Amino acid sequence: MKKIEAVIQPYKLEDVKNALKAIGIDGMTITEVRGHGRQKGHKEVYRGQEYQVDLLPKVKLELIVATVRVEEVVQTLSAAARTGKIGDGKIFIYTVEEAIRIRNDERGEAAL
Amino acid sequence: MFRRICLSLLPSLVWTSMAAPAQVPGSLDARLKAIEESTKSAQSSGDNAWMLASCALVLFMTGPGLALFYGGLVRRKNVLATMMHSFVLMVLVTILWAVVGYSLAFGEGNSFIGGFQFVFMHGVGAAPNADYAPTIPHLTFMVFQLMFAIITPALISGAYAERMKFSTMLVYTTLWMLVVYFPMAHMVWGKGGLLNASMGGSIPCLDFAGGTVVHITSGISALVAAIVLGPRSGYRHEPMKPHNLVLSVIGACMLWFGWFGFNAGSALNASGLASSAFVATHFGAAAAAAGWILAEWLLNGKPSMLGGISGCVAGLVAITPASGFVQPMPALIIGFLAGIFCFFMVTFVKMRMGYDDSLDAFGVHGAGGTLGALLTGVFASSLVNPILKTAAGATLPSGLLEGNAAQLGNQAIGVLIALALGATGSFVCLKIAGALCGLRPDAEQEENGLDLSMHGEEGYNLDA
Repeated sequence: MKKIEAVIQPYKLEDVKNALKAIGIDGMTITEVRGHGRQKGHKEVYRGQEYQVDLLPKVKLELIVATVRVEEVVQTLSAAARTGKIGDGKIFIYTVEEAIRIRNDERGEAAL
Repeated sequence: MFRRICLSLLPSLVWTSMAAPAQVPGSLDARLKAIEESTKSAQSSGDNAWMLASCALVLFMTGPGLALFYGGLVRRKNVLATMMHSFVLMVLVTILWAVVGYSLAFGEGNSFIGGFQFVFMHGVGAAPNADYAPTIPHLTFMVFQLMFAIITPALISGAYAERMKFSTMLVYTTLWMLVVYFPMAHMVWGKGGLLNASMGGSIPCLDFAGGTVVHITSGISALVAAIVLGPRSGYRHEPMKPHNLVLSVIGACMLWFGWFGFNAGSALNASGLASSAFVATHFGAAAAAAGWILAEWLLNGKPSMLGGISGCVAGLVAITPASGFVQPMPALIIGFLAGIFCFFMVTFVKMRMGYDDSLDAFGVHGAGGTLGALLTGVFASSLVNPILKTAAGATLPSGLLEGNAAQLGNQAIGVLIALALGATGSFVCLKIAGALCGLRPDAEQEENGLDLSMHGEEGYNLDA
């Protein structure tokens, strides 16, 4: 099992969700986060007081999938979230040791 | 339309007057007296209707207007404490005013402060006070002036927002009303006051609706408060962005709306002078918003909403002393200059000087009030308001442009007295209040926010 963690533009969330649903991925957790990579922030001015805002709003998706599906999911997710501009975000992949369904103690991929 | 209604009423009027002799017995004198009485009562009703509406408009400026304007500009953790400043002054100043304040401001006393004849509202009733406003009940005049007394200390709260103990703020404001506001209001508007232009003051200073009394005193007191208190902890290290400019926009527009009562109501009747002040007020606000937005656009690259509302308030402040003396076109000029001047005060002068006037009470009210008071001496027109008269009653020229250069000097004296009284008064009151209660909350309380540490509540309970 792998955990796919993607930080994307908030306005791309709907597209990504629909694309993942279309290939049969139902479960995911999303968080509203703030951050930046290479993308520069912006300047705000309030009565002459300047503020450099570096951390921009993003959405973080986390989903756990069977190892065999990783490449397919990453391709789909990446295509749906892409605008081609700086700030589109990143995808990270981790190995997951175990998954447990709390309701009935199912384990492994069956619990996904 | 109006003429058509008059014409259609004419036959019935003729009929009434023909029928009248049968209904009103008595001599011609008695009937004339009856007509005079009813004319007076009709005028009084008209004036009183507008003045009561104006009273409500001016109170609306403090709550919710100023409470929202200031509340939106502070950080989220201080929104209620900041709104509480405005609100509690509606409570505190009203009680002070009823007990002694009105008398000290408008009772007959010496050149500097009124006497005690109106304490506990003694002698203030439905009968008009001929000295101040002969066509409206004395009670209306009293409560109209009360609304001004409420907003003035509330304006100062912009300077000490986010860092004054609540108890200290109550003591400071009570003292400040006694030491600064009541004397200043008496000097400019009270019978026998030193600067009173219409009632024989020795230095007639033109201040239609409170440029010196309200805005200069509060503005300079705000600056002194900001310096005595010192900057908010983290000032210029931590971000201190306005937490909700939407609230501020709503509040500023309510200020603009309420200001029609403030300025046009200061005519104390529903006359053409009230209309003139109404128009000047509106033109001044619009021109100042334009001035601030343009200056910001040219220098910072972007025209901001906060700049727009700051400009409109600056213009309303600057036009306040002038509103009942100037024609519409000078009002545009005064407003435009005020917008640009206050923009520079708030952005460049404050940055250079380093004081932390949290919400720019000095940069907007002190600076705008001073500019407006001086420009009143330039643009005042005897065509709008023939206020300066010879002993025989002939009208004298008002402002510099009419050839009365001395008026500019009188305006400057009024400004200097307001600045001096406001600065020393504010300093003394802060020192006393600080000695009694301690000026600032401790560092941890300030860090947690005054909403929690002073009032035990939060503005936004998103988990509720």
